[in-house]
Amino acid sequence: MDKPLNNKAWFFVLPVFFLVAISAIIPLMTVVNYSVQDTFGNNQFFWAGTEWYSEVLSSSRFHDALLRNLMFSGIILAIEIPLGIAIALSMPRKGIWVPVCLILMALPLLIPWNVVGTIWQVFGRADIGLLGRVLSELGVEYNYATNSVDAWVTIIIMDVWHWTSLVVLLCYSGLVAIPEAYYQAARIDGASKWKVFRYIQLPKMQRVLLIAVLLRFMDSFMIYTEPFVLTGGGPGNSTTFLSIDLVKMAIGQFDLGPAAAMSIIYFLIILLLCWVFYTVMTNFGVDAPEKEVD
Amino acid sequence: MLQFESVSKKVGRSLHINNVSLELEKGSLNVLLGPTLSGKTSLMRLMAGLDSPTSGDIYVDGKRVTGQSVRKRNVAMVYQQFINYPAMTVYENIASPLRLQGESQSSIDSKVREAAELLKLTEFLDRTPLNLSGGQQQRTALARALVKRAELVLLDEPLANLDYKLREELRVELPRLFAETGAVFVYATTEPHEALLLGGKTATLHEGSITQFDSTIDVYNRPVNLQTAQTFSDPPLNIVSASVKDAQLEAVGTNLGQLPPNAAALTNGQYTLAFRPHHVSLTQTDRHHVAVVAKVGTSEITGSETYVHVTCAGAHWVVLTHGVHRVNNGDDITVYLDPSRFYLFDAADGALRHAPSFDAQAA
Repeated sequence: MDKPLNNKAWFFVLPVFFLVAISAIIPLMTVVNYSVQDTFGNNQFFWAGTEWYSEVLSSSRFHDALLRNLMFSGIILAIEIPLGIAIALSMPRKGIWVPVCLILMALPLLIPWNVVGTIWQVFGRADIGLLGRVLSELGVEYNYATNSVDAWVTIIIMDVWHWTSLVVLLCYSGLVAIPEAYYQAARIDGASKWKVFRYIQLPKMQRVLLIAVLLRFMDSFMIYTEPFVLTGGGPGNSTTFLSIDLVKMAIGQFDLGPAAAMSIIYFLIILLLCWVFYTVMTNFGVDAPEKEVD
Repeated sequence: MLQFESVSKKVGRSLHINNVSLELEKGSLNVLLGPTLSGKTSLMRLMAGLDSPTSGDIYVDGKRVTGQSVRKRNVAMVYQQFINYPAMTVYENIASPLRLQGESQSSIDSKVREAAELLKLTEFLDRTPLNLSGGQQQRTALARALVKRAELVLLDEPLANLDYKLREELRVELPRLFAETGAVFVYATTEPHEALLLGGKTATLHEGSITQFDSTIDVYNRPVNLQTAQTFSDPPLNIVSASVKDAQLEAVGTNLGQLPPNAAALTNGQYTLAFRPHHVSLTQTDRHHVAVVAKVGTSEITGSETYVHVTCAGAHWVVLTHGVHRVNNGDDITVYLDPSRFYLFDAADGALRHAPSFDAQAA
């Protein structure tokens, strides 16, 4: 049973460990460190225990921001997922239009968040923006800087414009993977378009849809740049999402302790919700993980 | 009854089906035999009404159905891939054609259970197809086709993706299952022995044309031309060019003797001589057999049989013998041809000029 001791394994593990430590473990621990202490500058720290956590969890400011986040993510998913599926279904499966459609769909994904924010911020401005001016000429009262509904609508349109493509591309990849024989079999059965969608396309897209929902949820729950560029969280606090509130608290007010506690809570909420989504969607409709058999 | 009247199908510039005329009887078993890309699937799509022909007409029971949509026809089809609704249980899958036909719940239930019983799926009714083995998935697809009681049942290489044992089993069951429905049964395959095992009638396909349509044994025994004979032979038919002079047959530089009496009338000239791999042997068992020297290329031993690939005067032949025979690659060996089993085809157009007589022989 003399196993030669081989230290080479460390050689392979250490770089990864080092990278993970720098990118995740050390920053997270720093945040944990802040979240349980109080500081008044000069590098003086006092033990605070769970005080910041209970303060954050019971503050209405946190509740409001969390509610805004949940509402925003809910609206985003409700619009982008069905819209993405519908666009993917209507895209051509073969021919010269396929690459054209794919490139058009991929374009918004290449644009950075703050650019998207700035484009729409200028586009929608009531004084000089094309959209803002046209709307006001048409007699529609629209001003995202003063009306909170308008601000929300603008941010939602930005996100839909920016990210529906991702859902489309994912669904499209699922659709083109369905063998032609399935559609033939359905035609021979005399199945309607809806039945083909419900019983062939949707089940076959289930996997990619799960990924799409998870990605869009996580991403929309972390929304920061668009409302920051548009109104900085306003008008009032109407678009102050968790991330914006966090930055205000940490950098604006320099309340490091509560901000750190809030980051940890924010992180745990995302983790929890993703786990719920994953569990629900993997158990939806099938009683076991899908094996591809063709 | 399904009738094709000079049906052609063009896709772009390529001709997929070339002037096919065909008559399939009610309750008959028909095999479409041909290599990949010979047009079997294209022909089936036309039969089903998934495609409409570029020219020609299709009749069902004397009624013209050319161009009629597949939804209006009563067709069932099973594919090489296992096609079932992935999110439905086996029960719902089998029930799906009945539900679309709007049958009552109790009649659906009894029909589904009956079909499941026949195809040995009863214990899997509550599972989804993707949790079943390939054989069970294909049985589900077959059950769906069976409950539909369609007038036309199309099976497109349904057993090609199954393992050997399951194929044997299902091949025996399939014709029996569909026979009592009285449907026109069409079975496409690339394998000659599958056609022979199924029996019925066979249509051989070559590049989109039907080369012959007759009872399976007749097509096998009396192929109308060289193309048909080659399609209906696995391992490949052995061929070599030959000449006839004064009722004497000569090929590979050897006199192969007097033509058989029933072929004595053949005129002098060039022919293509063909014989099946199991009609050439490594040992002489009959004094009429003709010895020819050939060079061994390779040999494959399956256990019960040995395939010896030989070259003889530039022609590549396969010798199929029973049992295990050891031969060395590159050796010169003597093979024995059986003149009573020779086919002679016209050298110019490939038409059959002489076939062995089969009445006197135990094939």
